[in-house]
Amino acid sequence: MLTSAGFSPPDPLIRNRSAPRPACRRPSNRVNIIVCVKQIPDPETPSASFKVDEAAKKVIPAQGIAPVVNPFDPQATEAALRLNEADGGGKVTVISLGPDSARDAIKHALAMGADEGVLLNDPNFEGIDNFQTAVALSRAIQKLGGADLILMGRSAADWDMGVVPAGVGQILGMPVVTVAKAIEKNGNSLKVERVLDDGFQSVEVPLPAIVSVSNEFGEPRYPQLRQIMLAAKKTVQVWSAADAGIGADEVGANNRWLPLEALYVPKVVSNVEIIEGETPDEKAHNLAQKLRAAKLV
Amino acid sequence: MPGILVIAQSSEGNIAPISYELLGAARQLSSQGAGNVTALIAGTEAQAKDLIAHGADAAIAASNPALEAGTVDSYLPAVEAALQQSGADIVLLGQTSLGRDLGPALAFKLKTAVAMDCVELKIAGGRLRATRGCYGGNARAEITWKAATQVATVKAKTFDGLAADASRSGSVTAIDAAGETRVKVLGVSKAASTGIKLEDAEVVVSGGRGLGDESAFKMLETLAGTFKGAAVGASRAACDLGWYPPSQQVGLTGKTVSPNLYIAVAISGASQHMAGMSGSKNIVAINKDADANMVKASKFAIIEDYKKIVPALIEEIKKLG
Repeated sequence: MLTSAGFSPPDPLIRNRSAPRPACRRPSNRVNIIVCVKQIPDPETPSASFKVDEAAKKVIPAQGIAPVVNPFDPQATEAALRLNEADGGGKVTVISLGPDSARDAIKHALAMGADEGVLLNDPNFEGIDNFQTAVALSRAIQKLGGADLILMGRSAADWDMGVVPAGVGQILGMPVVTVAKAIEKNGNSLKVERVLDDGFQSVEVPLPAIVSVSNEFGEPRYPQLRQIMLAAKKTVQVWSAADAGIGADEVGANNRWLPLEALYVPKVVSNVEIIEGETPDEKAHNLAQKLRAAKLV
Repeated sequence: MPGILVIAQSSEGNIAPISYELLGAARQLSSQGAGNVTALIAGTEAQAKDLIAHGADAAIAASNPALEAGTVDSYLPAVEAALQQSGADIVLLGQTSLGRDLGPALAFKLKTAVAMDCVELKIAGGRLRATRGCYGGNARAEITWKAATQVATVKAKTFDGLAADASRSGSVTAIDAAGETRVKVLGVSKAASTGIKLEDAEVVVSGGRGLGDESAFKMLETLAGTFKGAAVGASRAACDLGWYPPSQQVGLTGKTVSPNLYIAVAISGASQHMAGMSGSKNIVAINKDADANMVKASKFAIIEDYKKIVPALIEEIKKLG
């Protein structure tokens, strides 16, 4: 099921800079970028409001706290838009796999400036793992005819695995560059600045490629009212699993490659000693004494 | 014969500490019936022997210079060769720049799944069962694998490495496998970090959004300067605001630290931050809010505006000499 048979990477649609420019840009010459976005429970949800249904192994949505776009994803959209602006135009398609409400994550990207969206929406997507997600997204990307560049956030802040870019890369046979802080297009390749554990790395990758974008990329643009209005007119297709060519046995929580055995909130026991004092100086003095007594200074 | 393959790694020519931690984890699994431990390192036979001294039953030195770039494309054939040679059905990698990329790529290549950033591992019913944090550390998930090969990355500093035992013996082999890389490394630059490396520091002084502005980090640097071997860290919120370099970020998406002393200044303790420092031996919180998560997690806490405490604390610690 993971063969790339039937998928032939599209001809690089990127114009060779040394070739003479056509008088009129035709759509087929445009760089074709796909951005994958995810809607997640708000990661700023206070711990006290975070609840899990242990029997169902599911997070109980916090009352009154709306789900949000995964914080790294607008940066992926921003990267797509900046690349196209620098390149003089191109097409940005946004894909999200999720419930009906995930349409909001797509709308946000459309309001930022993406061209069209695809919502992968099927009851069978509920509770799937990253392996299944990578399979599903790959199928949708194939159905869209592939892309010159696929951008994603570095990870989703809910499960925080950061695995899907590599998965789609293996399935579609595309090279993957992760945790990008800057992306520059030079002809048929990208120069990407990556964030490493202890520094930065500069790499070059030929297109078509997959790049995951990190928060270091910089602030994504904030959609203006006019753009939000315009976005309402942009097309969002809704595809079921079958529409995207995803088999029923490939998705569904019962077919996970990483079966979820338990989900729970870890218990925290507090043993804090509050350092008292009449004045801030006295508190600081008392803390220093405590640290000395505990041989910590 | 099942077994465990540990993907060791080096940093600036030395075996990285995560490699020993992975061997510590692998030995625990081995004692629970997971089979022999084989270590793979892109490096020398001397390094392979060192891995045996630290707990591997066998070690493979992958000597192809193409591995130095550390790209997935170059590494995959070496890992596959090591898997075949060892017969392992468990692969452990560090949650490092290398493991973050290699773990998922290997898993998908082998048509299995990967669990990232695991904090606990055990053998149950002859199979691996992993525990990892999710939802910003608010929840923990326990997972297993459907396919035969079980790939996991392990969070740094969650397992103890074993002391070197030169009397341990095991086979050392060399392989030359490496793949042609599609991703070309043009250059690497170190993060501009003054003084001691965050992960190695015995004392970490960290600041969060509650500091209110960037200049407060100067104060934290002065406080850190009063300790021996101290580094300054920051919460993700502070890094996102551009107040401190991302390389100094402590948390789920930053560094994991477990110093002897962690001083959290104006950090509320969002789970995303706690995930990176909850292994600290002693936590001190300086915070205006007595109900802050960080205060609850601390050994000592001062409930006060940090601006009134930190300068006084710097003087008090200087007095102690």
